[in-house]
Amino acid sequence: MKFADEFRNKAIAQGIARAIGGEVSSQRAYRFMEFCGGHTHAISRYGLEDLLPANVRMIHGPGCPVCVLPASRIDMAIRLVDRPEVTLCVYGDLMRAPGSQGQSLLRAKALGADIRMVYSTLDAIRLAEQAPSREVVFFAIGFETTTPPTAVMIRIAEKKRLKGLSVFCNHVLTPSAMHSILENPKIRDTGGVPIDGFIGPAHVSTIIGTQPYEPLAEQFGKPIVIAGFEPLDVLQAILMLVRQVNEDRNEVENQYSRVVTREGNRRAKDEVSQIFELRAQFEWRGLGLVPNSGLKLKPAYAQFDAETRFAIHDLRVADNPACECCAILRGAKRAVDCKLFGTVCTPETPIGSCMVSSEGACAAYWTYGRVRDEPLRRTS
Amino acid sequence: MSAKGYQRKLDLENGRVDLSHGSGGRAMAQLISGLFHQAFGNEWLARCNDQSAFEVAAGRMVMTTDGYVVSPLFFPGGNIGSLAVHGTINDVAMSGARPLYLSASFIIEEGFPFSDLKVIADSMGSAARSAGVHIITGDTKVVERGKADGLFISTTGIGIVADGLDLSADKARVGDRVLVSGSLGDHGVTIMSKRQNLAFQTEVGSDSAALHNLVAVMVAAGGSGIRVMRDPTRGGLAATLNEIAHQSELGFRLHEASIPVKPAVAATCELLGLDPIHVANEGKLVAIVAPDLADAVLAAMKAHPLGSDAADIGEAVADNRKFVQMATGFGGRRIVDWLWGEQLPRIC
Repeated sequence: MKFADEFRNKAIAQGIARAIGGEVSSQRAYRFMEFCGGHTHAISRYGLEDLLPANVRMIHGPGCPVCVLPASRIDMAIRLVDRPEVTLCVYGDLMRAPGSQGQSLLRAKALGADIRMVYSTLDAIRLAEQAPSREVVFFAIGFETTTPPTAVMIRIAEKKRLKGLSVFCNHVLTPSAMHSILENPKIRDTGGVPIDGFIGPAHVSTIIGTQPYEPLAEQFGKPIVIAGFEPLDVLQAILMLVRQVNEDRNEVENQYSRVVTREGNRRAKDEVSQIFELRAQFEWRGLGLVPNSGLKLKPAYAQFDAETRFAIHDLRVADNPACECCAILRGAKRAVDCKLFGTVCTPETPIGSCMVSSEGACAAYWTYGRVRDEPLRRTS
Repeated sequence: MSAKGYQRKLDLENGRVDLSHGSGGRAMAQLISGLFHQAFGNEWLARCNDQSAFEVAAGRMVMTTDGYVVSPLFFPGGNIGSLAVHGTINDVAMSGARPLYLSASFIIEEGFPFSDLKVIADSMGSAARSAGVHIITGDTKVVERGKADGLFISTTGIGIVADGLDLSADKARVGDRVLVSGSLGDHGVTIMSKRQNLAFQTEVGSDSAALHNLVAVMVAAGGSGIRVMRDPTRGGLAATLNEIAHQSELGFRLHEASIPVKPAVAATCELLGLDPIHVANEGKLVAIVAPDLADAVLAAMKAHPLGSDAADIGEAVADNRKFVQMATGFGGRRIVDWLWGEQLPRIC
């Protein structure tokens, strides 16, 4: 596995960890948010927190597309698939995401809805070709990484004149969410812990580049290091953030330079900008309504827009008031601070968004991190 | 279709199963004698009774039953038929028993090709003969098109376990070693590579195999020092060790670097966002062995062809939370949890 082994070298990891330990100041705390669920997953799966000094704390951010999708959008999809002519195509881990009142697409499927798990937008095209009498709807979800394939799908559908294919668009934008975390007064005033820097997304940045983060770093005075998802990437990014904090710098640095450029992937960005436009606002689980943070299809492509085509209207559904996802996604609280964590909210019965996807903050802690709740009794 | 039409022999090349083949009439008799008896042929089946009487040796009897609903039915390294035989033999063998007899029940979807059914039955017969096990009774049902995914097979196995051997998942003790017989995740990755909407090339084939001979050499080396044996099928190593941890009321500490995983399996799991320790196996076992006998059992495993890549991957520890935890390759630690629901690929 040559593409990954180089970035999982124990000796190098320990060397970087020693460097971090040598450079942190014992006089201060370092609180870094890894925005992306992929980083949360890597930190938990490889036990990276065990390698960090006690005063370096990682805060798990909202960068998991399933986690931040509000219950209302799941409810809307379930309403959509209640129509007998609709076949809904869904990426795998979205199947379990909770709607309101315990609904999920997995449950709707069990009750007879025609929901197909797909692995790419090409699967949806294939289904639309095979069943021209069906209304095949692709449940589009994800950050900037998964948006270009949706744009390409629409382009192909247009070319092939696939009249039965449409998109339920839930694509969201990373910089807007980071901006919201740092700027939203509601968040500032409700006990959000200070964030000293961000580990920026890997896959997202391959598309948009590092440039869109520059205004954030400058406006809010926060260093941002774009990092890959391998454990050595994450450790190196933490070291780079520690150095920026120590040197009082607030720059966008690119640890993931083997893949990410400042400009990003121009062709992918062009495809997206031709098909999609900004929504005035979009609801995020945990963050509420975030201005300019979601995409919708341009009017020229309304025939492919499931919301227009089936006249499904935006819903607003209140989250469980006891659920602390909102504070957890902002770094104000930890998973174990939530009364629901591990009681009624578990991976089998997720209540809040952070427990839904394996990359969510609560799910990652439940799956990998509970061992730190209390010291293990050593017997050998 | 007239009864006369069924006077012909089965057209094993082009024919298909229809509802009459499950009706109890002549067509069903022809299917059983012309296909299943040919494939499984033995003295018990030849007597054509609805049951088979058989001799058993001294010791305690072991019985298990299992259903096979795998998709696709054919995959590199086997098919649903050989899988059904190996899987049930292994469930018997994990008690330390010698498997002797199997039953096989078929639920066949109308329209299923005889040619595919013959390949599957032949591979069952071949797998059973290779293992020295006999398929001595069975059942055939045909359901309407759309009511089964081609073919479902249920098998029941019977074996004899020697006196003095009492393996059970509640018998693990603190300090016991955790042994695995080889690389993990081969079967699950192979099946995924052949799924309709996830087709990808891989050099890995299913590890489907009957493990009772490997078990026999392990028992010879470790005797009652082998506390528990399990084949980590669905849910993989993680589910198996969590089950044992709960039944034995202790924890496990694994060493990630010691867990054998083929590079192609690791790469596939990496791509799909899966963890090899959650992926199914059909020819591997996990053994919890008393520490003083672990080296001897491991050496016996390594000397057997089905255990040549066997490894000692960790130990049982006292832990009232019953956690399975792993020391990562980085010196950190993490929990190895049960998988919840189906393992679903991540979005990005």
